[in-house]
Amino acid sequence: MSRCTRRTFLAAAAVMPLAAATSIAASSAARIVIVGGGFGGASMARYLRRHDSNVSITLVERERLFVSCPFSNGVLGGLWPLSKLTFDYKKVAAAGIKVVHDSATAIDPVTRRVTLATGAKLDYDYLVLSPGVQFVWNGVQGYDQSASQLMPHAWQAGPQTTLLRKQLEAMPDGGLVVIAVPPTPFRCPPGPYERACLIAYYLKHRKPRSKLLILDSNDSFSKQKLFMEAWARLYPGMVEWVPGSQSGKVMSVNPATLTVSTGFDDHNAAVANIIPPQRAGEIAIAAGLDQGHGFCAVDPATFESKVQKRIYVLGDAAIAGDMPKSGFAANCQAKACGAAILADIAGRTLASPKLVNTCYSIAQPGYGFSIADVFEIRNDAISLTFQDDRTTRLKAPDDVLKREAAYAESWYENITADMFA
Amino acid sequence: MALIAMVCAGMAIASAASPDAASLADGCTSCHGLNGRSLGRIPSIAGADKARLVAQLKAFRAQAADATIMNRLARSYNDAEIDALADYFSSVSKP
Repeated sequence: MSRCTRRTFLAAAAVMPLAAATSIAASSAARIVIVGGGFGGASMARYLRRHDSNVSITLVERERLFVSCPFSNGVLGGLWPLSKLTFDYKKVAAAGIKVVHDSATAIDPVTRRVTLATGAKLDYDYLVLSPGVQFVWNGVQGYDQSASQLMPHAWQAGPQTTLLRKQLEAMPDGGLVVIAVPPTPFRCPPGPYERACLIAYYLKHRKPRSKLLILDSNDSFSKQKLFMEAWARLYPGMVEWVPGSQSGKVMSVNPATLTVSTGFDDHNAAVANIIPPQRAGEIAIAAGLDQGHGFCAVDPATFESKVQKRIYVLGDAAIAGDMPKSGFAANCQAKACGAAILADIAGRTLASPKLVNTCYSIAQPGYGFSIADVFEIRNDAISLTFQDDRTTRLKAPDDVLKREAAYAESWYENITADMFA
Repeated sequence: MALIAMVCAGMAIASAASPDAASLADGCTSCHGLNGRSLGRIPSIAGADKARLVAQLKAFRAQAADATIMNRLARSYNDAEIDALADYFSSVSKP
């Protein structure tokens, strides 16, 4: 905390990397700083502590409460309250992890130091960034932060989820709900379509004359046949999907009139849910780790940044080959990355990991389906081991759909306990 | 106390099984719960009989079981990996 001149600062910067390298070799108390306390960061902190009682672990997270995006579509459908998805960091701190509620604003990879918004500085031997996504405001013309108060994105769970739910409750029967889907890649690929199901579930029971229109920037989507089957079976005539090639891409919005415009059509919505285009969280972009691409290239086995040594990027912010941007994927990546960091500290090498992802979607209570994959590293990329039969079968018996819905809830309980219990 | 017991159990497992098994098992616990102890409808696999786990995983892989996602996931594990996973989870104490 002492003040120093620019000259002494630069001199220190030149010496630091060597000093840092020897200090890890000499002592087992490596300093690991994790930025972002979501599925990637919280899983990482807990994994490291469970496998190593010596390393110093600091978790930097802006918010005091975590509200998960997984299961937040259920809040929109009225299946459960937002409180079910809300967690605090007390057990994380009690496990021997230093939790700092602050934002990382700058990274100096030479001195290995992170600066926080309050001005505090954290020195690291290993830095893990799991900052999630940020929105590209005005990526849809007219859609900025103030517009999101009238046309909620609800793509970061919390007040936005509550706002969208309130708008659905307030809209008249017979109104039009629009969901605008951004170009890929975005967080939770099946998310917009599950959302369509659960909003339709609410409408069917409370406002059955209403319609739901999905305006999509893309021409295909995750578990597409299963979602279309569910819409036809459960919500016939209520849900319509417009692909990008048929004028589905939303180009601009007018929040004052709730008008959503594609290149050809204007839609006047009762409720407009605009999911904006996305890129890696700001700290990853500010550190140049995305190389201008919006997301960060990483080593597929360790998740170390391809731009900076000793900085690792997990979860939605990373380019993870065939793995989707999901909470499950971030949790699984955190374990592989954590193992790689602990192996590096110990001077061991690891076999390349097998990674897993399962994304459940709920179409109505007791009706669930999934995509489930294992990934291996091939040609320096995280690759699917199987390209076929990755999802629940079409025309699955009710019993299967019911079990998958129950497994989805059990998965959610287990993965959030892994992080927060 | 509970926390200490849990950490100790975790460490005991890590040393009892090969590192490959621990790393492979990391892919299972995202659904089956920490150390294979599940809270809900997904079965707990902690402390299950090894031979039964091997038989079950091979049945999933052969598409011979009435299962949901496990029939898809098990395709990606060879005999040695199935054996290592079964060994790992059977050595964890039951919930």
